[in-house]
Amino acid sequence: MSPPLLGVEGQSQCNVSLMASSASADRVAQNGLGLKERNYLGLSDSSSVDSSVVPEEKKSNLNLKATELRLGLPGSQSPERESDFTLLSPGKLDEKQLFPLIPSKDGICLLSQKTVVSGNKRGFSDTVDGFSESKSTMFNEGNWMFNPAGSDSGQTKLAGNAGMNVMLSNRSSGTQTSVKTEVPAKTSNECGNKMNGSNANSAPASKAQVVGWPPIRSFRKNSLATTSKNNDEVDGKPGPGALFVKVSMDGAPYLRKVDLRTYSTYQELSSALEKMFSCFTLGQCGPQGAPSREMLSESKLRDLLHGSEYVLTYEDKDGDWMLVGDVPWEMFIDSCKRLKIMKGSDAIGLAPRAVEKSKNRN
Amino acid sequence: MDPDQSEDSHSNSANSHGPTQPPSPFPDEVLEKVLSFIDSRKDRGSVSLVRKDWYNAERWTRSKLFIGNCYSVSPEIVARRFPRIKSVTLKGKPRFSDFNMLPRDWGANVHSWLVMFAKVYPFLEELRLKRMTVTDESLELLAKSFPGFKALTLSSCDGFSENGLKAIASHCRNLTELDIQDSVTDDVGGGWLSCFPENFASLEVLNFSSLNCEVSFDDLERLVSRCKSLRVLKVNDSITLDQLRRLLVHAPRLMELGTGSFMQELTPRQYEDIESAFSNCKNLQVLSGLWEATSLYLPVLYGACASLTFLNLSDVALQSSEFARLLVHCPNLRRLWVIDTVEDKGLEAVGSSCPLLEELRVFPSDPYDRHHRDGVTELGFLAVSRGCRKLRYVLYFCRRMTNAAVITIVQNCPDFTHFRLCIMIPGQPDYLTNEPMDEAFAAVVKTCTKLKRLSVSGLLTDLTFEYIGKYAKNLETLSVAFAGSSDWGMQCVLEGCPKLRKLEIRDCPFGNAALLSGREKYEMMRSLWMSSCNVTMKGCRLLAKEMPRLNVEVIKDEGSDDGQADRVYVYRSVAGPRRDAPPFVLTL
Repeated sequence: MSPPLLGVEGQSQCNVSLMASSASADRVAQNGLGLKERNYLGLSDSSSVDSSVVPEEKKSNLNLKATELRLGLPGSQSPERESDFTLLSPGKLDEKQLFPLIPSKDGICLLSQKTVVSGNKRGFSDTVDGFSESKSTMFNEGNWMFNPAGSDSGQTKLAGNAGMNVMLSNRSSGTQTSVKTEVPAKTSNECGNKMNGSNANSAPASKAQVVGWPPIRSFRKNSLATTSKNNDEVDGKPGPGALFVKVSMDGAPYLRKVDLRTYSTYQELSSALEKMFSCFTLGQCGPQGAPSREMLSESKLRDLLHGSEYVLTYEDKDGDWMLVGDVPWEMFIDSCKRLKIMKGSDAIGLAPRAVEKSKNRN
Repeated sequence: MDPDQSEDSHSNSANSHGPTQPPSPFPDEVLEKVLSFIDSRKDRGSVSLVRKDWYNAERWTRSKLFIGNCYSVSPEIVARRFPRIKSVTLKGKPRFSDFNMLPRDWGANVHSWLVMFAKVYPFLEELRLKRMTVTDESLELLAKSFPGFKALTLSSCDGFSENGLKAIASHCRNLTELDIQDSVTDDVGGGWLSCFPENFASLEVLNFSSLNCEVSFDDLERLVSRCKSLRVLKVNDSITLDQLRRLLVHAPRLMELGTGSFMQELTPRQYEDIESAFSNCKNLQVLSGLWEATSLYLPVLYGACASLTFLNLSDVALQSSEFARLLVHCPNLRRLWVIDTVEDKGLEAVGSSCPLLEELRVFPSDPYDRHHRDGVTELGFLAVSRGCRKLRYVLYFCRRMTNAAVITIVQNCPDFTHFRLCIMIPGQPDYLTNEPMDEAFAAVVKTCTKLKRLSVSGLLTDLTFEYIGKYAKNLETLSVAFAGSSDWGMQCVLEGCPKLRKLEIRDCPFGNAALLSGREKYEMMRSLWMSSCNVTMKGCRLLAKEMPRLNVEVIKDEGSDDGQADRVYVYRSVAGPRRDAPPFVLTL
């Protein structure tokens, strides 16, 4: 979502401001330059290996069910049909689904899989030059969210499968073809998984992807990116208690403003900021997501630009600069006066203070 | 059904060897004069079939060329037949290429056409291309070969960059239209806009809204201010609100406007200025763009909406309340495109505010998330159908639908000519009854007798296709995905639907028997696309062998069985098999 950057009108004069170019930033971001796939496994109920560019902030929609192993085609409704699961053996499909990532000019995502046995929910990396096998390995390894089939998840999952199962049984050539159809190895160009529109990365678990489906054209990616679900605004005015803070970034030519009340978790904030500022981090991010400094691993919030040299910090009511992510969200909102995306090297020494400080507060 | 070029050529080669015909009652010049008034290409096709002298008179007087499939005919054949062409429309790739179902470099390159046109039609004025690959080299050739060139439209084209556009801007002295729609090209810089010469002032249409580039605003402003006849201006989102205001001040007579980004912090003064700039645009009929518009700034538009007939909100995700408020100001809307964030509630507002609505397109904000709970449902569609009885074109993306709703909808709006329903989850049944959606589409084809285009979705058995074959007498385009039970379904369609021209199918259980049952029909159609169905190479080869005037092309998926024909594209052609097919396209 695009956080409303419109402050109360009176404030506008003091801002050298906010260029209305977030869209282009978004677009650049979506081209994958500088975007990192981030894995928020277990961090929140976000079901993804979501890149921040994925349009919507996943909020309450998220459910772990979305991350479960699925053995059927998406969207099928009726329950039952366990027998069909045996036909689709995940093991076999694993192989088929490990496609090397091939950068391609048109930015089409590389992982093709005709969903179905999306037991392997994979994130996709965008086709950025330089992102290649290392990325795919990163995602192959351990980023999958499985719940063993059965138990409580059973109901919904099965429910999800029947439609497709019906279809499977209708095909004259039987399962053979369907399996094949479901997991064809496609050339890199076609894998344009439905993100065919968005050069956005990643397929969150709840998104089962079929090439070219739904039939949306690529140029609509921009509108997808700016889906904003939270207009707190009432009658065109910012909602009561809108909390705008300035966000600056080392090296960026201008500031942005965000309304902290439009987010409810650190991750949302992080995603939004990354979207806004990713155009400034081109070429500065490394391919791997591993935190580079020990102290950062203490932070509950992954680096703003995962794997890059930047950290997100904020100035609190006392005028101190702290690392974002150490305190509960509500507390953070209460005390945050402004945000700054700094180079990691400048942020050394912040973490300990932050932790101490919050201890003192408590 | 339109006689395409190829059909004309087919029948005429027969005529020319017929018995000698009685002399014409009037001289050629008279016939030509009369025929020069005929514009419709269908009529011209009919005219050309009457007798040989009519054929000749027609070909000498035709000035507009329409080629729906660039591979159905060759530049040489066209050049031989039509000596005096001023306007060309060329379409290339099959529609499913929009959804990444064709590899890059599949073809449809315009260059060989341009080379021929440069030789034979030096007075060419208009070129409209859709889904073609257009390189910079081609654009440069275009720019330099036709001194009177006026209008260029590139719709869903790829292959060009800033350099090609620079050539156009620099050399086309008489350019009136530069219309780039839905460009698939990413690496376009913005310098081309600055290449229009200082004294260049003839532009009437300028659309670069889909180009991802930053143009020099100063140059744009100067260009707009000197092109006094500008009636269509669609900028991209690098242009801010305040910049837009300045452009509007120079061009208050605009009829079609595509705004830039609508997100900008404005002072109250700026807000007022923009509001009044919009209010001065009394002639606005079409409005689009509005990237990132929020309820805060949408009201600046209100003054410009009174005469709006087409509102394209497909680039801005509005909520129902702000959308409803906007609609109140647009009573004359005929066409509306919107994103499903407006939800059913927003569509209710459509039903109540837009009684003249003829076309509605609702795009999904998050098509890839099966668990997305928002968006629109059958209720929104129902609400629109109750309020907008003149609806004839709908494109509706949703996650749930019921047979009952569709039945009611078409009863409310029996005049549908284009009914494109996309239930985004493949194989999804009626969510209330859990039955297939057969009855829904049965109602559509039975009730909407004028139906020309249909896209089906949801859980469908062969029954749907029986109905379609039986009732859809005017159907020209049918799109099918994840539907059907057996070959019988496709056969019904091929045996019925007398006016069918384009059939595109994916992921359906139709096999060789179905494919082959349509062999004669394909010669009367523009094309057939089948992907991920049960068709085999053997079936395709058989088809190719039996029907020499059809091109049967197969693209195989990596790793699929040797016998499998994964993607099949069949089309009639008088030009024979493609000579420029890339290696992955197997021509049978």
